[in-house]
Amino acid sequence: MNKLQSEKDYESVRDQVKKERDPERLLVSICAGSGCGAYGTEEVREALEKEISKNGLKRKVEVKVTGCHGFCEQGPIMVIHPEGTFYPKVKPGDIPEIVAETIVNGKVIKSKLYKDPVSKKRIAKEEDIPFYKGQHRIVFGNNGMIDPTKIDDYIAVDGYSALVKVLFSMSSEEVISAIKESGLRGRGGGGFPTGIKWETCRKAHGDIRYVMCNADEGDPGAYMDRSLLEGNPHSVLEGMIIGAYAIGSHDGFIYVRNEYPLAVKNIGIAIKQAEEYGLLGKNILGSGFDFTVKISRGGGAFICGESTALMRSLEGQVGRPRAKYIHTVDKGYRDSPSTLNNVETWANVPIIINKGAEWYASLGTERSKGTKVFSLVGKVRNTGLVEVPMGASLRTIIFDIGGGIPKKRKFKAVQTGGPSGGCIPEDLLDLPVDYQRLAEVGSIMGSGGMIVMDQDTCMVDVARYFLEFLQEESCGQCVPCREGIKRLLEILTDICAGNGREGDMELLEELSGTVSKLSLCALGGTAPNPVLSTIRYFRKEYEAHIYDKKCPSGVCKELFYYEIDEKKCNGCHICCLRCPQEAISGEKKKVHTIDQEKCIKCSICYESCKVDAVAIK
Amino acid sequence: MAEAEGIRVDIEAVKGVIEEKYNNDPENVIMILQDISARYNYLPEETLYVVCRELEIPISLVYSVATFYKAFSLEPRGKYIINICLGTACHVRGAEKIKETLEQRLNIHGGETTEDLKFTLDAVRCVGCCALGPVITVNQKAHGGLNRAKALKVVEKYEKAA
Repeated sequence: MNKLQSEKDYESVRDQVKKERDPERLLVSICAGSGCGAYGTEEVREALEKEISKNGLKRKVEVKVTGCHGFCEQGPIMVIHPEGTFYPKVKPGDIPEIVAETIVNGKVIKSKLYKDPVSKKRIAKEEDIPFYKGQHRIVFGNNGMIDPTKIDDYIAVDGYSALVKVLFSMSSEEVISAIKESGLRGRGGGGFPTGIKWETCRKAHGDIRYVMCNADEGDPGAYMDRSLLEGNPHSVLEGMIIGAYAIGSHDGFIYVRNEYPLAVKNIGIAIKQAEEYGLLGKNILGSGFDFTVKISRGGGAFICGESTALMRSLEGQVGRPRAKYIHTVDKGYRDSPSTLNNVETWANVPIIINKGAEWYASLGTERSKGTKVFSLVGKVRNTGLVEVPMGASLRTIIFDIGGGIPKKRKFKAVQTGGPSGGCIPEDLLDLPVDYQRLAEVGSIMGSGGMIVMDQDTCMVDVARYFLEFLQEESCGQCVPCREGIKRLLEILTDICAGNGREGDMELLEELSGTVSKLSLCALGGTAPNPVLSTIRYFRKEYEAHIYDKKCPSGVCKELFYYEIDEKKCNGCHICCLRCPQEAISGEKKKVHTIDQEKCIKCSICYESCKVDAVAIK
Repeated sequence: MAEAEGIRVDIEAVKGVIEEKYNNDPENVIMILQDISARYNYLPEETLYVVCRELEIPISLVYSVATFYKAFSLEPRGKYIINICLGTACHVRGAEKIKETLEQRLNIHGGETTEDLKFTLDAVRCVGCCALGPVITVNQKAHGGLNRAKALKVVEKYEKAA
């Protein structure tokens, strides 16, 4: 491949690539994101390719292995275009029928279609499935059409056209004002206005500037950055090159978690291909602008998602944050002005350039513009990645798109913002999700993790869980965070073990104030959020633990026991067969009982009882 | 620091990686340690001294990096490293129970390695496969949608392969 030397070169390659695509040709898109991959995409792909060549269909059908489609619960996912027929949970054994019926005869196999858990109806097309219907996928939408290891696939959907526009018809200042006008704010959690960050960095003193992509997605329960890097790495790269041009930088880094092997691989391939095309490196597209990107793999430390810690880690140091009275846009990596943006933020940039700041700003709420990708996980039917305009309500996301709570359980809370966020209760479900509104109710947007909790989740245990996480991940250099979180965790552990005392809640609140005010960085500053928000909204659960020594959700093992309800038990005997401790006795068709001495509260009987006769006491 | 029996460190190979892949640049120390760790499953003591000499940085810095980041171990680890995801999504779907089950089965606690060096059991905070929770990864391959019985089956599969 010869390097592209001009705007014209790019256009001719793009037109050529588009011409080669036959819209009438069948395209089978198989998701190979990390989720579907774990369910066995590779075996499905092998079976499909074998079946296609066996039937001599190679010319008629193109098989595309793509990144994440978002509906991870239903993996491995297969979509057959141009019809858009959607087959979930495909197994290698399904392939012969799919090829014979759908690919050869153009018929839909009804029994293999997605069945909506709410309406119980079978749905044929991807776009008609409620999970996708309620979304607005501007960042994520192309994932299903792109093989992330092929740059031509990205160019076929007008990829890199924003870069061309910027390089040949916009000044750096114009790019910055477009980003400012769009209202784009940092998608990593802080929510800082991206355009202002770029402008400050551009104006900062120094000859060398750096741009970085924060792909150290550490929030437990959030994986949109992983899926973007895996599924559409060029969109992130294009955003970074545009940002570098605006800021006046020639060196970039992508700091990515080493726990994401596929993301590391795909972004590596993307960089190499972009360099071969002359879209990255010296004299990009003959414009005279130089920019190179290196990958740096993180060592598995949550704190390295914090900007100053990340930059220390890039320098080959231990990732300890520093105080931010000097901002990283003035003095960051190697003490030079540095701009760090999150994966999703970068991926928004080409869209803003292509569609215009005004269009982008028309999406969302007054002070939160555009869309946000959430990872909707936990106790929800349709788990996966969901992209909605800012301002969509929690109810829309969890119930309309997410399909509500499985197994007839009741919704209890939704946790947003990772360990720095909070838990939001049922009566706030109509809250429009944007930066301000979430902060008002004691949580944060964060990077977009949305963990749904049902009646079986203990909120005191959730607070304990996050504090345990934060205690492990605290870098340990400042006392309020290192010692404060430890003490908070001790109190919560006591409460969960039945050793809670009167005044514990007040002590938690007081200590939380100290930790959040005096900690050096945002990890400590926001660490008390899970504690404070659960006390605020689920005070009764704390009281039950402390005063009644009861865990109403049946999680804290010292504080509950299982009992079989005589009125409900129909003697089906399933619990008795499944109990690993042989603690349940009873004859078939008669009421069973649990021997409390033997019971280890593993919850197998509770989960397997079909008539809800096992009760938490 | 205990050295695993039978592990011989190829000093020249380590030097080669540092020079050719990472240009003897001290900024790359984390990735150099990752490469060593990927080869030996842990950081053998002598490799730390090689890193320190080749990059011309103090051993204290190498040691602080090797102990700060979770990815590194100074103790030998098993052929199969099982990471139990304890991310929030997995936590609310019962990851603790998977942990208990595997601890019982392998007779080790989280962070420990079986005596025959077959398995290391570790907990990680989110592997980004949240829709599949509870998840474990074995040498980076993800196994999702687990319950106790399924988790035991996964371990048995690797036991046979070992």
